[in-house]
Amino acid sequence: MSHGGGGKASSQLIEQIFFKYFANEMLCTADDQASFDIPAGRMSISTDSHVISPLIFPGGDIGSLSVHGTLNDVSMSGAKPLYMSAGFILEEGLKLSLLEKIVKSMGQASVDAGVPIITGDTKVVEKGHGDGIFINTTAIGIIPEGLDIGGDKAQIGDKIIISGSIGDHGTAIMSSRENLEFDTTIKSDSAALHHLIADMVQVVPDIHCLRDPTRGGLATTLNEFSRQSNVGIDIIEQKIPVKTSVKSACELLGLDPMYIANEGKLICLVPANKVDELLKLMQSHKLGKDSKIIGEVVAEHKKMVTMQTQLGGRRIVDYLTGDQLPRIC
Amino acid sequence: MKYIEEFRDNKLAKVITANIKKECQDRQYNIMEFCGGHTHAIFRYGVQNLMPDNVKYIHGPGCPVCVLPINRLDSIIDLIKQENVILCTYGDMLRVPGSDKNSLMKIKAAGFDIKMVYSAMDALKIATENPNKEVVFFGIGFETTTPPTAVLIKMAKQLKIKNLSIYCNHVLTPSAMQSILDMKVEKGETPVMIDGFLGPSHVSSIIGTTPYEFVPKKYHKPIVIAGFEPLDVMQSTLMIIRQLNEGRCEVENEYTRVVKKEGNKKAQQLVAKYLDLRGTFAWRGLGYVKNSALKIKDEYSQYDAEKKFNMTESNTDDIKGCECAAVLRGLISPPECKLYKKICTPENPMGACMVSSEGACAAHYSYGGLLE
Repeated sequence: MSHGGGGKASSQLIEQIFFKYFANEMLCTADDQASFDIPAGRMSISTDSHVISPLIFPGGDIGSLSVHGTLNDVSMSGAKPLYMSAGFILEEGLKLSLLEKIVKSMGQASVDAGVPIITGDTKVVEKGHGDGIFINTTAIGIIPEGLDIGGDKAQIGDKIIISGSIGDHGTAIMSSRENLEFDTTIKSDSAALHHLIADMVQVVPDIHCLRDPTRGGLATTLNEFSRQSNVGIDIIEQKIPVKTSVKSACELLGLDPMYIANEGKLICLVPANKVDELLKLMQSHKLGKDSKIIGEVVAEHKKMVTMQTQLGGRRIVDYLTGDQLPRIC
Repeated sequence: MKYIEEFRDNKLAKVITANIKKECQDRQYNIMEFCGGHTHAIFRYGVQNLMPDNVKYIHGPGCPVCVLPINRLDSIIDLIKQENVILCTYGDMLRVPGSDKNSLMKIKAAGFDIKMVYSAMDALKIATENPNKEVVFFGIGFETTTPPTAVLIKMAKQLKIKNLSIYCNHVLTPSAMQSILDMKVEKGETPVMIDGFLGPSHVSSIIGTTPYEFVPKKYHKPIVIAGFEPLDVMQSTLMIIRQLNEGRCEVENEYTRVVKKEGNKKAQQLVAKYLDLRGTFAWRGLGYVKNSALKIKDEYSQYDAEKKFNMTESNTDDIKGCECAAVLRGLISPPECKLYKKICTPENPMGACMVSSEGACAAHYSYGGLLE
């Protein structure tokens, strides 16, 4: 417990692990807060607590995820993220080597993203009172002038773009859970999307809606848009990119990729006359190369998402209710 | 996905739809899909709205968790509370509502040890890893999930595992079908006319097609064993319509790529070795049905949780206002139930049909909004 006591051991932990991997001037002054100047304009802030099992999974770990997830949330307003904070809750008994691995990965993700972690906190809880490690991160950013992006801004006729294949993250996590190990090449898509978004809003500033379909997946995000904007949404199942490996795993487990979490994808609603330009740009970006137009916003069936199924039938795509549970039969 | 995508092809779907339209005469065709797997496919792929108006699917009781009566669930919840056992269960079972708004999910949240497993063999592993605790496997399902339960008993015996037992709730498809066909309509109920059956898919891979012979012979209804993919459902629908139009009635097998006439002999032998017929068993919706379920043979009673823990069945009623019973018998469609969508939702199910994605109410809720 001594690492969380606030004494010498705490400060050793901070210096040897956190300062080492998060190294930046503002953090390493070791004050109780970080201060910085702000440019004029609108700011955007988002916070997210990350709890995940297993802590390390194919394609990422809780450290990099805690950077990507929060950066994505803040940048879905079109904002350019500036700084991050990080709070750690560590369970007694967590191996220092594992902590170091996670913090190192988190530091790397922050460096890659170009967004420094400038303040933080660590607490240690007794064994059995946590799940190894919980990480809360907050990010703030600045929204470029002229943007007005929000879930309530969808307009009839808007086209819907998804930036790549769905279901990778959730399926990768499931494949590495203790009671469900299966051999697969599926990797989490965990990635920070703000560079892609910066390019997108520069070319097409009048993007209407932008959101990352994390928990609840694509289906949930589309339902949120349709309710917030009071419009109908039509999508075409065959246009939605799903990797064969993800499809197969879902088939096996009786799950629907439409509801599975993504951590490196975005959904974008854009006026029809701008969609080709935007799609081309997205496809030229590493994180958007598999972008596809998957449907459009319609005046009919307000607050409802419908899908033309691969078979040619039509059905509703509703919110996910509860957790997806594997079927028996 | 090779050999799956082909059975969801929209070009072929158009051809079958056209053939069905051509084949349909000026009459109603009421087809009961027995299995929840079919119900799921019909809703998931929007099959119903590809059909002409006079072809209607009636959703049958073939959803394993939907037909489990409340008192069987209450009994296992009581056991968990009293004996502090580890319960291993398939995921579908977790949200099924018991009495007093209880469910395994809620019991788990209260700190009791309930593990969701994907295979009966997981229970074996858990029992081995927890030698000081009693592990109970919640055996549930139709003939498809019964052989793995038999294997579990076999392995437990072979490995001399003493802390594992099975709560056996396995039920039999043909007797449930018979019960539906024998159903007497009570006062105030509208009788349902079933013209033909889409026969079970995975169940038939185990039991074969012979056990359904009584359907055409005794009840003069056609039955077509149908795969769970949407094109299987559509092709089988066409086959039933053809039988009806031609005045034929027989057991036909559309799912020939998996189902053989004699079924899976090895699985049948395994089941016969470890499990026995129960004289009677309660089904939600159907009441007590003779010879419709299995129990663990007396010689393996050390693996029978009901005997090991002296479990008793409580007398609990189904939830008030819940029309699962009528839905399961095809008497009403889910939106006709007063609780549907109002207080009964997949998040907070009142009846079991709202739990599993195979349940008629849940399928209707998730996918069927365009039909309401």
